[in-house]
Amino acid sequence: MSKRDRLSGNEAVATAIRQINPDVVAAFPITPSTEIPQYISSFKADGLIDTEFITVESEHSAMSACIGASAAGVRAMTATSSAGMALMYELLYVAASDRLPIVMAAVNRALSGPININADHSDSMGARDSGWIQIYSENAQEAYDNMLMAHRIAEHPDVLLPVMICQDGFITSHAVENIVTEDDAFVKSFVGEYRPEKYLLNPKESLGVGPYSVSVYYMEIKRQQFEAMNNARRVVADVSAEFTALTGREYAMFEAYRMDDAELAVLLMSSSAGTGKVAVDALRERGVKAGLVKLRVFRPFPAAGIADVFKGVRALGIMDKSDGFSGCGGPLGAEVRSALYGKADGIRTINYVYGLGGRDVRTEDFEYIFDELDRMADGGEAPDCRYHGVRE
Amino acid sequence: MAYNTYSLKEAANRPERLVGGHRMCAGCGSPVAVRAVLRALRPEDRAVICSATSCLEVSTCTYPYTSWNDSFIHTAFENAAASINGVEAAYTALKKKGRLEENYKFITFGGDGGTYDIGFQSLSGAMERGADMVYVCYDNEAYMNTGIQRSSSTPIYTDTTTSATGVRSDGKPQFKKDLTKIMAAHNIPYVAQTTFLGNFKDIHKKAETAIYTEGPAFLNVLAPCPRGWRYAESNLMEICKLAVETCVWPLFEVIDGEWVLNYEPKNKLPVSEYLRAQGRFKHLFEKGNEALLERIQDDIDRRWEGLINLCSIS
Repeated sequence: MSKRDRLSGNEAVATAIRQINPDVVAAFPITPSTEIPQYISSFKADGLIDTEFITVESEHSAMSACIGASAAGVRAMTATSSAGMALMYELLYVAASDRLPIVMAAVNRALSGPININADHSDSMGARDSGWIQIYSENAQEAYDNMLMAHRIAEHPDVLLPVMICQDGFITSHAVENIVTEDDAFVKSFVGEYRPEKYLLNPKESLGVGPYSVSVYYMEIKRQQFEAMNNARRVVADVSAEFTALTGREYAMFEAYRMDDAELAVLLMSSSAGTGKVAVDALRERGVKAGLVKLRVFRPFPAAGIADVFKGVRALGIMDKSDGFSGCGGPLGAEVRSALYGKADGIRTINYVYGLGGRDVRTEDFEYIFDELDRMADGGEAPDCRYHGVRE
Repeated sequence: MAYNTYSLKEAANRPERLVGGHRMCAGCGSPVAVRAVLRALRPEDRAVICSATSCLEVSTCTYPYTSWNDSFIHTAFENAAASINGVEAAYTALKKKGRLEENYKFITFGGDGGTYDIGFQSLSGAMERGADMVYVCYDNEAYMNTGIQRSSSTPIYTDTTTSATGVRSDGKPQFKKDLTKIMAAHNIPYVAQTTFLGNFKDIHKKAETAIYTEGPAFLNVLAPCPRGWRYAESNLMEICKLAVETCVWPLFEVIDGEWVLNYEPKNKLPVSEYLRAQGRFKHLFEKGNEALLERIQDDIDRRWEGLINLCSIS
């Protein structure tokens, strides 16, 4: 039976991990995800989980130990943020290419420099090409729900890829919200048991993991990863639909908010979507045909759905909470425009870089942006890309 | 295979766990170290073997082949200890849940690059956490896989491709790091230094102790590299013997904090005997470099005296 609870994003994710009761957790503290390994330690001390908790000396070893544990045949999880994720980068690629369904609670935080502990997406965006499935959560409820779905997606035989469940540092991870949690029996049944086909500790068959692969084989390995990521699109949709049917809470590749007749729209991820929806409601009250798309699944990228949802939109603001420093916008800007090209031409777009290092984004910011989009839709000049909410 | 009932015949008759057909060079110490260590596994025990990125890894597990009869995992260069720590944690989890009956041992191999240097943090962490594993360093005193670059294990005045000798350079300017001592300072149950001698009793016995001691164990095995050290492939055993007889590579164990010297040469040979056998030290025998040889000898003498003071004699 589900129940209402007051939990922060970190507490919500820790609750999900307690209910999943993974075999191995290896994690190293880093703000703002530190609370998650702390909760694991308490759960273990209180006998609520029988997880092997490896208190590693670095995030690099956290991911290395997760790879070892997952390859050995068990469920392995970790939690990290920012520099911690950056220290894992090399191993993120190894985890994905070894096809290990590791699950990470990622609490998004800006990368140095300058050093900053607040939210933006530069950490996980740096890992966007690592082969991990990336799912972004707007609030504590979504962080919890996404975590319950993570293993089902990661461990699906057509996928077998690691998954990171992202939420915004502090804004979501530390804010206490009213959420609905499911009971332990529901989670146990929904997540199920993990029984891999190939694993190191299989007494019936030895296994070699991570071989040296020369040019005549390497590309076939990558091609299979591509296939797995493509399959993940269907599996994410299926698992989300099943979860929605059981809980009544809607999940898909992205959420289209008031998009049916929208002429002006923004696309963004995670916590700012909440603020954006309030702004869209206010604009609708004033007769502005505003809409919002909150991208939930960034990897695999739902290119076809994106092209579809914006058909009919005159102007679109693509909002990036990280700058890829291409000199022409952030990663969402590049990928969304690429998805639209040839499929939904004629939509004018601005790529906004906003909210870096925890810079606040308010309803007024969205109103300003929609106003700018409106002027552009009417033929006004507008830049391809600009920083929003910055002193310049 | 207890020490006092040691039988080379029995040890040699155990099934090979690293089989032939791998691509390591002739005269290389690394696969010799691996086979010697794995021979200490009781045939009924299973193992998961891990290797840091190294010559050993790229030559023994080249897709779609493997030379390992046991399960094997390689993840990266700098994290072998953490990787096997994860495997070991998974084993503990499965055992506790009654999902695995068989007994497994966890053994990791790394070169000196993956152990003394880039993988040192990972190693130190896994040892401190008390993982039930054996870490075996096959120490060939340079980054051989990338083409003989210096490491913190490379001895002073060695000619390598990043400590080149020339009119303004005598080779590597720094002394070799004493990793075995550092590992002993982790206060783990078992640390030992060994190499290939005679009937392999020393390495076989130490490997068995390491594998069958509960908790973390560290073995440092001097494992010469014919390419980097520049000796004839057939001289591997001779080089190892000289390393021991000159006290360049003393054989000792640290058992629960107690230091035990396993071998004291009757006639300690001058270090030049060892150096002369290897092309990497050729420049030291040119006229005018006598002081360099003297400095090496002084260092070896100082280290040997220091070790004697720590050890009881076995």
